Amino acid sequence: MFSNLRSIWIVFLHMFHRRETVLYPEKKAYLPPRWRGRIVLTRDPDKEERCVGCYLCAAACPVGCIALQAAEDDKGRRYAETFRINFSRCIFCGYCEEACPTDAIQLIPDFEMGEYNRQNLVYEKEDLLIDGQGKYHGYNFYKVAGIDVGVKGKGEGENEQQPVDVKKLMP
Amino acid sequence: MINIVEHIVLVLAIMMALTLTAAGLIWLERRMLALWQDRYGPNRVGPFGTLQVVADMIKIFFKEDWIPRFADKKVFVVAPAIVMITILLSFAIVPFAPGIGVVDLNIGLLFFLAMSSLGAYSVVLAGWASNNKYSLLGAMRGSAQMISYEVFMGLSLMGVVMLAGSFSMKDIVLAQQGRWFVIPQFLGFVVFFIAGIAEAHRLPFDIPEAESELVAGYHSEYSGMKFGMFFVGEYLGITLISALITTLFFGGWLGFHFLPPVLWFLMKMFAFILVFILLRASLPRLRYDQLMSLGWKILLPLSLFNILITGALILYFKS
Repeated sequence: MFSNLRSIWIVFLHMFHRRETVLYPEKKAYLPPRWRGRIVLTRDPDKEERCVGCYLCAAACPVGCIALQAAEDDKGRRYAETFRINFSRCIFCGYCEEACPTDAIQLIPDFEMGEYNRQNLVYEKEDLLIDGQGKYHGYNFYKVAGIDVGVKGKGEGENEQQPVDVKKLMP
Repeated sequence: MINIVEHIVLVLAIMMALTLTAAGLIWLERRMLALWQDRYGPNRVGPFGTLQVVADMIKIFFKEDWIPRFADKKVFVVAPAIVMITILLSFAIVPFAPGIGVVDLNIGLLFFLAMSSLGAYSVVLAGWASNNKYSLLGAMRGSAQMISYEVFMGLSLMGVVMLAGSFSMKDIVLAQQGRWFVIPQFLGFVVFFIAGIAEAHRLPFDIPEAESELVAGYHSEYSGMKFGMFFVGEYLGITLISALITTLFFGGWLGFHFLPPVLWFLMKMFAFILVFILLRASLPRLRYDQLMSLGWKILLPLSLFNILITGALILYFKS
């Protein structure tokens, strides 16, 4: 009996407590920088696409929502001809970001992608590609790669020495 | 002739006001529950979310009004109407203020008790006609609860009747001019309040519709406006019990002169409605056997004891 009255009183006192609800559209909740939200394709510091079309993201994806077609331009640079993510399947696990060898695919703190039409949740490459570098700055795969696709001359890459002139390499 | 027209207009106005109040209570309850649970509740549609009720009403009117193939059709349709009719009829005897009230019966209190007994039929028939095991269980519980709480609901009011010397609600209010009956009849008030909660089957006595056990109890099979009638009927029931507590124990429209009597009545009534909502926010549902033993083993003896003491004291002071 007493405990009932006490619980009524305690609940009554909650009238003067702060409300926990965040009134969402007006007030946004804080999203940590590493929040796994919408997936984007980023560019390297030279504004070129980072994606090299290796299919590792598509292989890592547990729900199989990533589809892409790799291609190669006339300088030998690989890129994704098409890149399609079906966000109605995506579970935002971030495995694609972990798998990506060139930091191209990244999950950013944005979740407001509601649609009335399910088909609109299929994002094409032009929807995914952004102009910036995303979360990882300064990385340019072709600066450290072993091939020359017109990004750097021989010996000009990061941590790269000038090639040895075999004709002068004498014992 | 003019008198009759006036009276009919008054009756219709009271009925409209009650139905609108009951609908508004849905919003009030959701907001108050939210307040006590540190939430906001409906606050999007209209100012402070008040138009939420209108939106819900539009929705419920356009829902498919489905009658299950296995149901007993006629009874199934009649049952939700009974709850509305009996509760609205009970309001006939409530004096909101001098001159504002449908009728001043000399057996007013008995009329209320009779009507609330008839209200049990709505639960029983709805559960039976639904032909569904959960509905039937809810109806069984509901009928047992309402019948057993009916007993001492009547008995708890007898103290008031003895003090006022009348069954007429108006006389009962006027007899409280010196002091409200809650002071000499505190025991009666507590018993009537608990019985009233059980009668309106509100938490913590909502075992006929216990969502977590019985889907929705006796109205599991109802949809559309038939369900809406049960829903509004429940809120009308709260309003009725609050109005009666106000009238019988808290001096009805009596109050200080700076406010009109009807405002005093409404203020007291809404205070009790808020208590009903607070109880819902804070107390868990009783088990069925706990409810029964509370009723028969504690509240019934208490109300009998109350009658005994009241009668003895009245006789003592008279002689």
